[in-house]
Amino acid sequence: MRLVVNGQPHELDLEPEMPLLWALRDELGITGPKYGCGVGVCGACTVHVGGKAVRSCSAPVGSVKEPVTTIEGLGTRESLHPVQKVWIELQVAQCGYCQSGQIMTAAAFLAGNRQPTDEQIDQAMSANLCRCGTYPRIRAAVRRAAAALGGR
Amino acid sequence: MGRVRTIARRTFLIGTAAVAGGLVVGAIAYHWPLKNPLLDDLDEGDAALTPYVRIDRNGITIITPRADLGQGAYSMQAALVAEELDVAWGSFSVEPGLPSAAYYNGAVLAEGFPFAATNDGFLANRARGMGGVISKLIGLQITGGSSTVPDGYEKLRMAGAVARQLLLAAAAKQTGVAVSALRTQDGEVITPNGDRIPYRTLGAAAAQMRAPSHVTLKDPTEWRLLGQPMQRLDIAEKSTGVTKYGIDLRFPGMVYATVRTNPRIGGGMLSVDDAAAKAAKGVITIVPITGGVGVIADNSWRAFQAAALLQPQWGPAPYPSTSSEIWENVAASFTDDLKDSRFKNEGNVDGAISSAGAQALSAEYRVPFLAHAALEPLNAIVRFDEGALAIWTGTQVPRFLQEAAAKVAGIHADDVTLHAQISGGSFGRRLETDYVVQAVEVAIAYPGVPVKMTWTREEDMTHDFPRPLAMARARGVVQNGQVHAYALDIASPSVSASQTSRLGASLPGPDLGIVAGAWDQPFAIPHYRVTGYRVPETVPVSAWRSVGASANGFLHECFLDELIHAAGADPLRERIRLCTDDASRRVLEAVGEMSGWGTPLAAGRGRGLAFTLSFGVPVAEVVEVTNTPAGITIDRVFVACEVGRVLDPVNFESQVEGGVIWGLGHAMNAEITYADAMPEQTNFHQFYGMNLGQAPVIVVQALETVHQVRGIGEPPVPPAAPALANAIFAATGQRVRELPLRKHVRFA
Repeated sequence: MRLVVNGQPHELDLEPEMPLLWALRDELGITGPKYGCGVGVCGACTVHVGGKAVRSCSAPVGSVKEPVTTIEGLGTRESLHPVQKVWIELQVAQCGYCQSGQIMTAAAFLAGNRQPTDEQIDQAMSANLCRCGTYPRIRAAVRRAAAALGGR
Repeated sequence: MGRVRTIARRTFLIGTAAVAGGLVVGAIAYHWPLKNPLLDDLDEGDAALTPYVRIDRNGITIITPRADLGQGAYSMQAALVAEELDVAWGSFSVEPGLPSAAYYNGAVLAEGFPFAATNDGFLANRARGMGGVISKLIGLQITGGSSTVPDGYEKLRMAGAVARQLLLAAAAKQTGVAVSALRTQDGEVITPNGDRIPYRTLGAAAAQMRAPSHVTLKDPTEWRLLGQPMQRLDIAEKSTGVTKYGIDLRFPGMVYATVRTNPRIGGGMLSVDDAAAKAAKGVITIVPITGGVGVIADNSWRAFQAAALLQPQWGPAPYPSTSSEIWENVAASFTDDLKDSRFKNEGNVDGAISSAGAQALSAEYRVPFLAHAALEPLNAIVRFDEGALAIWTGTQVPRFLQEAAAKVAGIHADDVTLHAQISGGSFGRRLETDYVVQAVEVAIAYPGVPVKMTWTREEDMTHDFPRPLAMARARGVVQNGQVHAYALDIASPSVSASQTSRLGASLPGPDLGIVAGAWDQPFAIPHYRVTGYRVPETVPVSAWRSVGASANGFLHECFLDELIHAAGADPLRERIRLCTDDASRRVLEAVGEMSGWGTPLAAGRGRGLAFTLSFGVPVAEVVEVTNTPAGITIDRVFVACEVGRVLDPVNFESQVEGGVIWGLGHAMNAEITYADAMPEQTNFHQFYGMNLGQAPVIVVQALETVHQVRGIGEPPVPPAAPALANAIFAATGQRVRELPLRKHVRFA
């Protein structure tokens, strides 16, 4: 099967039911997406498939037909995505393990909604678990990123 | 054997490291700050060795031996060294170093004796010094108890200052200019004529200099880093997905494994049918481990899939099967035989309660078992090769881990190389070594290649050593509008006894943890007594963010709120009136001012106050809630705390916010319950805490009025739950005496 990740095509010989997360992590060595729950509840594994936020732990790799973007492909230290830039400015991360998923969720949400209300931001970010309790900073970061992206 | 010899060996190794080219600048001769005569009896000078700075051709490396679990410990330790070493922020590398007795924690045991943090008397301070000495003697390298800053505040700055002095001495020798005419800036020595000599070119010569017997630390007004907002060293990497946690490491030839063991902890495995698992795609082999099975495959998910096909027969648990039976044990523990401590006993509590007769108040409170459930499932990579172990994992106890791994492999601890990793959370869980021991067992059965053992989330949640449940029976009397008597009986299993039993030892004396955050509160109630009862161990338990105070803040502060309410007094004013400690009083006054305490709120809204002194830090929190048609919302939380000095204002605020969310989220929603002697919660759909939409606005104020510098990772947790419960009472009139609160009220 063919999988395009961060612009790079890969030919893989995998059982189609293997979750995308494990194809990325253990077969391709792309470890930005994290294993947290394996059942689509925590959001640490969130990646973009065709630009949409997807929980890669619950998406069979065989069902993935569109290009995949992981946190590594969203932006780099030298070329930051606006969401990553505010995440650094506000020092959101503590342990950081959930933050790949938080950032990917926020980036996909803001790409589809340039003028979100505070309530929409809360709702969009409420299905990503953070055990360290960075929610106040995530909330502030998404609001600032929305402003930076030209909406508000 | 072992420990003293290990110290000697480490000392030797560090000495040879300097000769071999890299340089370790150690504060070999500096005057140790602890003024305890017992120190003079220690031989070898090992305790004065503080190898925190390495300089080699590649530059400067700061060794940060306390684990970074998300609390920013690497950055904080580096900042303390860098401030005095005088290097630019971020111009150096950070390494956790190897396990060593030299990295003993001098602060973590300081509060392990029955003196309240507010007691500054001779005996209390002597006991705290003893805690440091014991820790030093056993080389207790541990991350916990909010002790990284108190332990490192002087020690790490001294290490930086001594290293700088050695570099200056080397530069003086090289240039012929007196040390007093030289200065330093951003990793360079600067001569009077403006020549700049980089530290990295001076390292080898500096190693030959004699360490100064005294160094002078900067006055805080001269600080360039400490006290200012700093960008945590790990922030950019964590925001771009490139941080490698232990679970992310890959090595050539590595295989992937998982384990299944009995969720009835200690029950063992009677038999297993592994035919289907063996035949599953990608499975390399299946190996027995203590109490279960390890599955080795060519991919983690394939290992998980195969493990799910195992048909194990688990043995019975060495404890009761259901939560209700365990609660019966707890309820039956308020006996003289199980009385563990009574460190607070003022006035005549029994007399005051009996003379109040029917006017006395009483209530029973309960808090549940809770899982640590760090988001990174527990994992370790282990390679067993020619009688030696290499281990890559995150841990709070590197030396215990080394010993535990060595014991399983039947080798010496010196033949265990630990590569400490950044952890995706811990909250106390990585004080245990069980997951690493399992990985070692798997690796021994499949030697020669690295084996990455990862727990499934389900294995992680059902094989925790949880925060123990606790029950309080409280009685009290109010008189003339004041709290007159307060008797608090707390029954809980002992975390310390459970942990020490896993280290093969027993706990001498009472466990302060059973009453921490309750017995040591700075209130002058005329008749005041706190008694701890030790529930015989059922489920093995362990330390969870803020440990005993995580339960006792709720137990103590909710019933105190009941008494104050019954007295018709104001919760803030009555606590201030009762308060015997200046710093604690200032914290209460500050939170009152911040929160507009006493100003009117709209109908359906309420404010709750709670105060807990834990880990030496007084924290007062006011929670504001609204009772909406959709349920309770938590709108704002105000936090005032006293830590002596805030060293990194941004990370400080993050730690307080995180502690409050941790305390509130678990109080709202979380519990671990048992059926068939197994946890009933297996994944985050049943154990979630709070979500972002439920998170309040959190306003933090740190007071810096006392001398002692403290850590802030844990102290904000204990007052959060009682402040929320007290706010719910204020808004609804409903007194909830059991956590999680959702069993009694609905949250929006």
